[in-house]
Amino acid sequence: MSEIRIEAIGRELVEIIKRYNADYLEAHLEQSETSHITYRGRELESVGRTTSLGGNVRALVKGGWGFVSFNDFSDLPGKVELVVKQAQFAGTGESQLAKVEPVVDVVPGDADKSPVVIPLAEKKRLLDEYNDIIWRTPKIQTSTIGYADSYKKSVFLSSLGSYIEQERSDVMLRLSAVAVDGSDVQQVGLSLGSRGDFSQMQNLHRQVAEMAQHTVQLLSAPQVKGGEYTVVLDPILAGVFIHEAFGHLSESDFVYENERLREIMTLGKQFGNTALNVIDGAAVPGLRGSYKYDDEGVPATETYLIQEGKLVGRLHSRETAAKMGEKPTGNARAINYRYPPIVRMTNTYIVPGSVSFDDIIGDIQEGVYAKNWYGGMTSMEMFTFSAGEAYMIRNGKLAEMLRPVVLTGNVFTTLNNIDAIGNDLEMNQGGGCGKREQMPLPVANGSPHIRIRHCLVGGR
Amino acid sequence: MEDILARAKKVAEAAEVFVVASESTPVQFEANRLKHIQAKQSTSVALRIILQGRIGYSVTTQPGDRQRLVDMAVETAEFGMPAKFDFPSFTDYPQVKVFDPDIELVSIEPMVKLGQELIDIVTSHTPGIVCEAEVMKSVVSVDIINSRGGKANYKIGIFSLGVEGTLIRDTDMLFVGESDSSCHPLWETKSVTDVVLEQLELARNRALVSSRPMPVVFTPRGVASALLAPLMAGFNGKIVLEGASPIASKKGQPVFNQKLWLWDDPTIAYRPQSRPCDDEGVPSQRTPLIEQGTVTNFLYDLQTAALARTRSTGNGSRSRGGLPAPSPTAFVVAPGSASFAEMVSDMKEGLVIEQLMGAEQTNVLGGDFSGNVLLGYKVERGKMVGRVKDTMVSGNIYQVLKDIVAIGSEPRWVGGWLNTPPLYCPSVSVASK
Repeated sequence: MSEIRIEAIGRELVEIIKRYNADYLEAHLEQSETSHITYRGRELESVGRTTSLGGNVRALVKGGWGFVSFNDFSDLPGKVELVVKQAQFAGTGESQLAKVEPVVDVVPGDADKSPVVIPLAEKKRLLDEYNDIIWRTPKIQTSTIGYADSYKKSVFLSSLGSYIEQERSDVMLRLSAVAVDGSDVQQVGLSLGSRGDFSQMQNLHRQVAEMAQHTVQLLSAPQVKGGEYTVVLDPILAGVFIHEAFGHLSESDFVYENERLREIMTLGKQFGNTALNVIDGAAVPGLRGSYKYDDEGVPATETYLIQEGKLVGRLHSRETAAKMGEKPTGNARAINYRYPPIVRMTNTYIVPGSVSFDDIIGDIQEGVYAKNWYGGMTSMEMFTFSAGEAYMIRNGKLAEMLRPVVLTGNVFTTLNNIDAIGNDLEMNQGGGCGKREQMPLPVANGSPHIRIRHCLVGGR
Repeated sequence: MEDILARAKKVAEAAEVFVVASESTPVQFEANRLKHIQAKQSTSVALRIILQGRIGYSVTTQPGDRQRLVDMAVETAEFGMPAKFDFPSFTDYPQVKVFDPDIELVSIEPMVKLGQELIDIVTSHTPGIVCEAEVMKSVVSVDIINSRGGKANYKIGIFSLGVEGTLIRDTDMLFVGESDSSCHPLWETKSVTDVVLEQLELARNRALVSSRPMPVVFTPRGVASALLAPLMAGFNGKIVLEGASPIASKKGQPVFNQKLWLWDDPTIAYRPQSRPCDDEGVPSQRTPLIEQGTVTNFLYDLQTAALARTRSTGNGSRSRGGLPAPSPTAFVVAPGSASFAEMVSDMKEGLVIEQLMGAEQTNVLGGDFSGNVLLGYKVERGKMVGRVKDTMVSGNIYQVLKDIVAIGSEPRWVGGWLNTPPLYCPSVSVASK
């Protein structure tokens, strides 16, 4: 049994960093446990438990950063000395960090509610039920189920005098069914997550059954003809859309040192019509992107990115906020102690409007209704997002089912082409966000139904 | 390690301990300037046991946490999959050279110099471009022991460098980039910057493309971003065993164009994906997957191979602390005889695809790809005339790789895990605004 306690190491580091000279020093310590269960086909494939303990120190000197991560806790002074040297080597300019108040806080945790301690037998029983449902569906060739949970305790401390202890739990469940006809293979997935609440993974039997049936139906569904369509997105896919299409562009680390991008992203610029409002915020409670303090010890906020179609805010770390002369928003996050914090989204959503679903599709002669997500990517200007489920819209009504569609857009035109925003906000907790090498980071995103004119759809 | 194995043997029929220790040093440039110097140390210990015929598994980052590791593995074994394999008793492995001691000697200063050189060459070619660059060295050591006497260990050093540039004009954004990696230190930047400068030249003008099926040349990077993921899934022994691979029942059959040869090869000297054995201690081998268009093999780990009544191909890999699963090491496509220039000059109207974005986010199992052309060029009457944008390219790899017109004569490594020449396909669906 390991006797290393991160609180004790934290106290040691508080003293050590006082001895070194840097413009700024901080440390993260992390203790985590995970469990996972995967199924392939009828059989349970893998079940495992992990424990992890590690930390890092980060230093800023003259605008240059050093970063040292480790899970060997010997010679802490040597590690701090190394990180300061690295920063000195990298730094040639001026250090800029937005001013924040030092925070000393022990956030009451949910250690007692950690999903990791729920007996594996109970988790397995639930997954068995779901797998049975998939396999009861005729023509299913195989299935996969991946369940994973985690509990993490972290300590943050900095040369500002901050010392913060936080805990978080996370649960993820991904199911997919595969149907085969000759060499035609179709798959449909379902992805769910929660901020540590196992009960949210229960009672999904109806959704799992629909997923399996849908997979089989895809074998006889046609593929859409590629081209421009009026597209209606369901709340889940619209959430992925706003995350990819706009969310990443509002992460200031892409913007702050690029003059051209700063011009393009001038606050006040019109990006969409006046019905469009977009918010990101970790201060929205109870979601997978929620927390009290970010990984730089900055309190979480709720930030309007787009208000009435205009760009009004963006997401910051302390460094990007200082360099752009704006307020920090508490969006610096690291996926674990092996990486430095970078600017990330948290819970991102389109604020609901007033249009009903029937009105949204009512006047579409020929269009595509796209639901659920396979994935999404962005290059900032252009983005793609793909739907697991899609239907033609004909004469204002949902028509034949289509095979999965991939949609693409351009941030400078597509947001302007959103011309209807529904009244039915839903948050999707099943996603994980990737940026640089750090993925999947727990985030939530959401939206009501939205309609986009002139959206490019890949196809036959 | 021996102590963990001994403790595990007391409670289980069989056991295996797998230890990975790594140290890496990335040097990162942002906005054309040195920004970040890092040092990352990490160790993880994984224990796999067979208890009452079932597999148990646990991982820790604390080598001191021995009994806890054993207890967790025992807890999971109650629910684990029945083990169909025995741990291998190999102690002798093929000579695969993957460690150059020079890597350990490289200090930060020359790495910074290389990064600065990458950026200087690109920015002096195209003023106004904003670059990120990374130069990294890592040393990883792997140790495996098991209760049948199997024992493997090796050390690998990896050096990589890369640059990405963003050029913005009004609201138009152009992304260019290239990287290279090796088990030797890389001292020259030209092979990387030449590619980036060529991308910048070719993307200087814009071109419009019509929406219809047309011939497409996938460059090596294009092959990696569009075709590789479905191909890797299709040859995965686990997916084959489930019958979810379109080629599951096609072994020995001519599924692909007869010009096509593909193999998986972890034995090439000084390549970052090479290794003397896989993560279960099975010796590495070169496994032919497609010969003259015919499906010849699939990739297996021990458990999947046992279930499929065949032998492991040495493709058991562990990712993110999980159990071993079949996974490709490096895919190699045999070069053909057509030069890239000949392919381009053969097209009346067509596309050269350098990078598709989001292509893998569709029905990969079925072989589908569909993505936005992040970097690609229009070909008119045999000449590349400019960059295309707002364009989707879609298809199915089993169709596309059957119809290939020509295979290029100029292979290139992409990301360390694919070596391929350009591929020339006669008809791929294109949709554009």
